[in-house]
Amino acid sequence: MKYVDEYRDQELAKTIAGAIATEADPEKSYHFMEFCGGHTHAIFRYGVQDLMPENVHFVHGPGCPVCVLPISRLDDAVELAERHGVILCTYGDMMRVPGTKHRSLIRAKADGADVRMVYSTLDALKIARENPERQVVFFAIGFETTTPPTAVAIKTAQAQGFKNFSVFCNHVLTPGAISHILESPEVRELGIVKIDGFLGPSHVSSVIGSQPYEFFAEEFQKPVVIAGFEPLDVMQSVLMLIRQVNEDRHEVENEYTRVVTEEGNLKAQALVSEVFELRKTFDWRGLGTVPYSALRIRDAYADFDAEKRFELSVKASRELKSCECPSILRGVKKPTDCKLFGTVCTPQNPIGSCMVSSEGACAAYWAYGRFRELKPLEAAE
Amino acid sequence: MSANDPRLAVTTSSVRGVVDMTHGAGGCAMAELIRDIFQRHLANEFLAQGNDAALLGTVCGRLVMATDAHVISPLFFPGGDIGALAVHGTINDVAMMGARPLWLSASFILEQGFPLAELERIVVSMAFAAREAGVPVVTGDTKVVEKGKGDGVFISTTGVGVLADGTYVSGSNARPGDAILVSGTMGDHGVAILSKREHLDFETEITSDSQPLHDLVAAMLAAIPGILVLRDPTRGGLSATLNEIAQQSKVGMVIREAAVPVKPEVAAACELLGLDPLNVANEGKLIAICTAEDAETLLAAIRAHPKGRDAAIIGEVVADQHALVRMKTRLGGMRVVDWIAGEQLPRIC
Repeated sequence: MKYVDEYRDQELAKTIAGAIATEADPEKSYHFMEFCGGHTHAIFRYGVQDLMPENVHFVHGPGCPVCVLPISRLDDAVELAERHGVILCTYGDMMRVPGTKHRSLIRAKADGADVRMVYSTLDALKIARENPERQVVFFAIGFETTTPPTAVAIKTAQAQGFKNFSVFCNHVLTPGAISHILESPEVRELGIVKIDGFLGPSHVSSVIGSQPYEFFAEEFQKPVVIAGFEPLDVMQSVLMLIRQVNEDRHEVENEYTRVVTEEGNLKAQALVSEVFELRKTFDWRGLGTVPYSALRIRDAYADFDAEKRFELSVKASRELKSCECPSILRGVKKPTDCKLFGTVCTPQNPIGSCMVSSEGACAAYWAYGRFRELKPLEAAE
Repeated sequence: MSANDPRLAVTTSSVRGVVDMTHGAGGCAMAELIRDIFQRHLANEFLAQGNDAALLGTVCGRLVMATDAHVISPLFFPGGDIGALAVHGTINDVAMMGARPLWLSASFILEQGFPLAELERIVVSMAFAAREAGVPVVTGDTKVVEKGKGDGVFISTTGVGVLADGTYVSGSNARPGDAILVSGTMGDHGVAILSKREHLDFETEITSDSQPLHDLVAAMLAAIPGILVLRDPTRGGLSATLNEIAQQSKVGMVIREAAVPVKPEVAAACELLGLDPLNVANEGKLIAICTAEDAETLLAAIRAHPKGRDAAIIGEVVADQHALVRMKTRLGGMRVVDWIAGEQLPRIC
């Protein structure tokens, strides 16, 4: 497959792995946080860890949009589907995330609610067009990457005079979340989480550009390398981070130059700022309340805002106490530190959001990497 | 179906209208439906007996029996339809025991309002598939459910086959050191279905691999009578089937990503949709496990058959008390090949 196989080539991987092994200082240990779930997925799916020296560690970040959505917002979506009788359109990953009392969209569907999985916002518009007598709500989640398509859907709905389409907006922003992690006591004061640099977002950066990361590279003195989602992108970016650490530099570098520019996609940015505005605060699962970290629909498009069209009961998020998702999302704990991991919480029966999405750290550990945690045959016998 | 497909040469009857409750009520409407559609197209000596059950011949050898329900949506898809699939699916289940399939039964659950012309198209396709495979549908049944209580048509088929002396194929036979083979490319069926599925506009030339595999199995057993395991990786794809065998045999497996055949267009479609081709269903491919010594001979036998040209040795069985299936990635790392959680694609067979 052209444009894909080149970035998964074994010979090139060996070359980069060789360079990493040579340049990584054996006296040091390197801890790099990959912000995006896409990177976590790539690291595990292709076995990138196996090609790293022992002193290079990946710290998994909160960049899985399904994982960071607070339970209360998921409960709202379930309520929309169940109580308001709408056709609720959602990306597939959200279907199985358990909310309060293990209610999920897939359970609501089994109980008769009309929940439909879509691949694009335009599919949701199509469903609205085909069902003029029904209210159709698109459950919008995701970082800067999925926001422009939601803006397109809202603008199209307005231009074409849709009366039965609205968006339940849960779009969140990356830079605010990264700053929040770096400012957290675990990183700044307690030193529980060691972060020597960041693998910067891939698709998100194609929209917002590399410029927004300049601030915290400078402010927090941490190198950032914007990395593509292919395994060789991840490896090359690790090498670039190691070089920055060794040379005591903390710059924003761009490995993903084939897609990401400094200024990003200006057209998409303009579209997003036309339709959305900043929320003062937003609750993130794991990170808590993060200021200016999410978007809501502007008043000019209020007709398409599901939060205004439907009355939703306000609920507080209630996390399951024994589930370590919040700590895992901050990089404080690893999936294997959680008592539920692999015992009661598996992809078949997920308790926490990190086990649901394939981009979640727990799901990646379990589905691709759990052989590393098991005792070898000889020892166990 | 291509333009010169023999199925198009079959003259369809003048059946018009839709299925209604009388078609399942035991009266003359039902008799007409059976005569004009089922008996007409599926015609064979057993159905001609006209009794409630078919009187079959004497068989020498151990019998094998399998049953399979088909609820696929959409009913017609690139490379096949529910009728042909219902024949191929059950023939393959019988064949995966190493047996020669002899007879099929078919029962239809029809939804009120289903167009009779479409039903006839399905039965014509089924009859063609059965004739092509040399496995007749010897008995059948039809029921009608009220509108909203079915989804057009569901077909359940049962197959009986006979096993040659000395053949013992089972999912529990894999031992450390054995070789794992596949007969062709993975994921074609599931991606073909996905391309046609409702709510998903995805244009692709990929066709389902739906086909009967009993002739391929016969050729394989002729080359290596001691084949240990045969299984068709249908729902859940290669991942689920290898995990099933690993658990049944209480062994681990290590496969090589670079060795697993996947068509570039299937790989591209999966890439786009975020699917793993290893998790996507097949309806005309098999997995075989044999001893390491037999592997090259078996591979040559599969490749010599028209249904096995893309066959490959993809890995080996290892000792592992955790019964994990692992894969050496193209990149050079290692990962687990897991069962899929939840459903990757709805109603694909």
